[in-house]
Amino acid sequence: MTAESETVGSAGPQMPEIVPESPTIRLVVTLALAGLISGIAIMGIYEVTLPTITANKARVLREGVFKVLPGANRLQKLIYVDGDLAPTADTRKDEQPIYAGYDMDGSFVGYAIPGAGPGFQDTIGLLYGFKPNTRQVIGMEVLESKETPGLGDKIYKDAEFVANFRQLSIEPEIVTVKKGKKSAANEVDAITGATISSKAIVRIINETNDIWLSRLPEPGAEPPLLEVQTEAAESAKTVD
Amino acid sequence: MDKTQNQAYEEFIKGIWRENPVFVQVLGMCPMLAVTNSAINAFAMGGATFFVLVGSSFLVASFKNLIRKQVRISSFIIIIATFVTVADYTLEALVPTVHKELGAFIPLIVANCMILGRQEAFASKNTISMAVMDAIGMAAGFMLALLTLGSVREILGNGSLFGVDLFGPDFEPWIIMILPPGGFLTLGLILLVFNWFTVKKAQFIDKVAAAERSSS
Amino acid sequence: MTEKDPNLLLQHAPLLQQGMTTPQAMRDVLYALLPVTLAAVWFFGLGAILVLLASIAGAALTEWTFASQEKGGESLLDGTALLTGLLLGLTLPPGLPLWMAFLGGAVSIGLGKVIWGGLGHNLFNPALVGRAFLLATFPIAMTTWAPLTGADGFFTVQPSNLALPFMQSGTDAVTSATPLGLMKFEQQSTPLVNLIIGNTAGSLGETSGLLLIAGGIYLWMRRDLDWRIPVSILITVMIFSAILDMVDSTRFPDPLFSVFSGGMLLGSIYMATDPVTSPITPKGAWIFGVGVGLLVVLIRAFGGLPEGMMYSILLMNAATPLIDRYTQPRVFGRGKALT
Repeated sequence: MTAESETVGSAGPQMPEIVPESPTIRLVVTLALAGLISGIAIMGIYEVTLPTITANKARVLREGVFKVLPGANRLQKLIYVDGDLAPTADTRKDEQPIYAGYDMDGSFVGYAIPGAGPGFQDTIGLLYGFKPNTRQVIGMEVLESKETPGLGDKIYKDAEFVANFRQLSIEPEIVTVKKGKKSAANEVDAITGATISSKAIVRIINETNDIWLSRLPEPGAEPPLLEVQTEAAESAKTVD
Repeated sequence: MDKTQNQAYEEFIKGIWRENPVFVQVLGMCPMLAVTNSAINAFAMGGATFFVLVGSSFLVASFKNLIRKQVRISSFIIIIATFVTVADYTLEALVPTVHKELGAFIPLIVANCMILGRQEAFASKNTISMAVMDAIGMAAGFMLALLTLGSVREILGNGSLFGVDLFGPDFEPWIIMILPPGGFLTLGLILLVFNWFTVKKAQFIDKVAAAERSSS
Repeated sequence: MTEKDPNLLLQHAPLLQQGMTTPQAMRDVLYALLPVTLAAVWFFGLGAILVLLASIAGAALTEWTFASQEKGGESLLDGTALLTGLLLGLTLPPGLPLWMAFLGGAVSIGLGKVIWGGLGHNLFNPALVGRAFLLATFPIAMTTWAPLTGADGFFTVQPSNLALPFMQSGTDAVTSATPLGLMKFEQQSTPLVNLIIGNTAGSLGETSGLLLIAGGIYLWMRRDLDWRIPVSILITVMIFSAILDMVDSTRFPDPLFSVFSGGMLLGSIYMATDPVTSPITPKGAWIFGVGVGLLVVLIRAFGGLPEGMMYSILLMNAATPLIDRYTQPRVFGRGKALT
């Protein structure tokens, strides 16, 4: 088939078979020129699209945080440095941030903590809301997952399963039980046929709790919302 | 129609059917199999490939006399990669959800041998208008193949087309269709039907020719 | 290549002993499976017959459709499509919607046999190709196990059996767990006597260990089956599950449970021994059997699914040409084989 297309291609003006040897410098200049033009074009499109891309990412993050922290409509990024959880505008990549959510009056609602771990197919990334004074998970949102469509993907498509995480005690830890067997405040009804994915979600939250719970300040001593942060400045800062 | 118009039409139409990059040349299999699990993904990939192929063919045909033969492949790739990057950023800004679904397969358009193949085999040897007609035909043929595969897989695998539910809530989705094996199975079946049709058509033409000969 | 060389007999698998024809061998296997089929109906009710018939109909119709396109398409008459359909049906759960069983039968023949060029050219066991397709396509329906027949007795037809084509059953079926599922997810064993008689949940034809073994002995006596394959599979499984059982007896079942649970007997006696897709040399048969046994134990113990018989056989099917190549007997008086 390729041969056929080549014959068709060569129906046009034929390139001379023997090309006079070009000096190396001309070849270098040709390529350098092509690279230069290409670079300029890419820089141009990058500059044009960057604000939209940034805004999109910020919006996705805000929506995620507000979803797992019902009642919150403002957020502030916190990172853990030198034994202290502090608001930051710093966008260092190596430090995993968490987010504090506040309601209209600026009073604290809860933390939104991102976690990740292996699922049935690939890494599952999620965000969950944690309320420190009642020590409860109050919302969970799967951000990234390649779980089997129709089965494992129920971890975010099955409203019943997601509802497990609206009011879930983390003491002493979250456990998965067979569907319909939920009896205690720290139990999650697994999805029938997707036990592994369900357990993965619970394991990720438990493991993330192990890391973060000791770092959180005493209930009542949460960092206050810095009023200087306007909506616009905030959204720009919450982007990595 | 004068001769040029006729040739331009010919260059356009061959990519859609007679030399269809997927069904006949079996090129560009990587995006073909990887991102056709829904019609909308297939459409986005087809659109991005269309943009890259037509843009590259236009530039390559325009600069064919400036590009030295020894560095032509590198130059083609620079041109293609530039268009791919533009498409990548544009999709990310305009349709972030689709961009996330397509993931690594947008940068991988650079490696789609159909695109480099058209530059080497056609655009670098023909006039600008012919090169563009050829590129549009090939890209349309590629889009047609992607959409066929994407539609079949989405209808069976999800009971919907372009996200619109077709069969109601009781439909039992064929999960294999939106998983990678579904891509291979569907492509194989489509190639089967395509070849069967081609063979039948040739037989029919033979039969008609024989009938005409005997009658005359 | 139009003239035939009279001294060279070119024939494809299944290569059978003299006096044995393919239809006859197929009839023997059908006889051997008869008690298992009756047991399936006894345990799961009338719905079992419907599932089996749907699967056989799918296989036979597909074969007939393709065979009628070709000249001399009499392969339908040799019973292989019926056997493929029946074997597939026996690996399906009792509550499976009939249209899925029909589709599975069609895929078994279409993807498992016809596309390769017909009987003898296929690399994979057709019935298992159909089952693998169904498991990947309808994972929920294929792992929903209807309980044994209740008060309705013989006339039980699961409501999910009668789902309309392309539709779900709609009703939430009463389900039960297979012995392997109980073991894997709840560390709960099933009494061996139930596994041998067959009154446990599971695929239609896999539950009754006793009848499966009886059919296997009949086939061995009729010389329809290479005894090395089932024997080597079962011995390998027993050895390796004994080792795992010693390491952690709550997580891993004992050897007898491993042999009598799930599709182990059905697969090793009736599917792994398929003459087309298993090695022809005795040494090859041993290698094949050990490979299947090892893979089953590994998949069951460490995989995500409770059962691994189907994937083990399919994987070793893929290795069969290689095994055959490296186990060719040495020609007498020559040096190394395979030069």
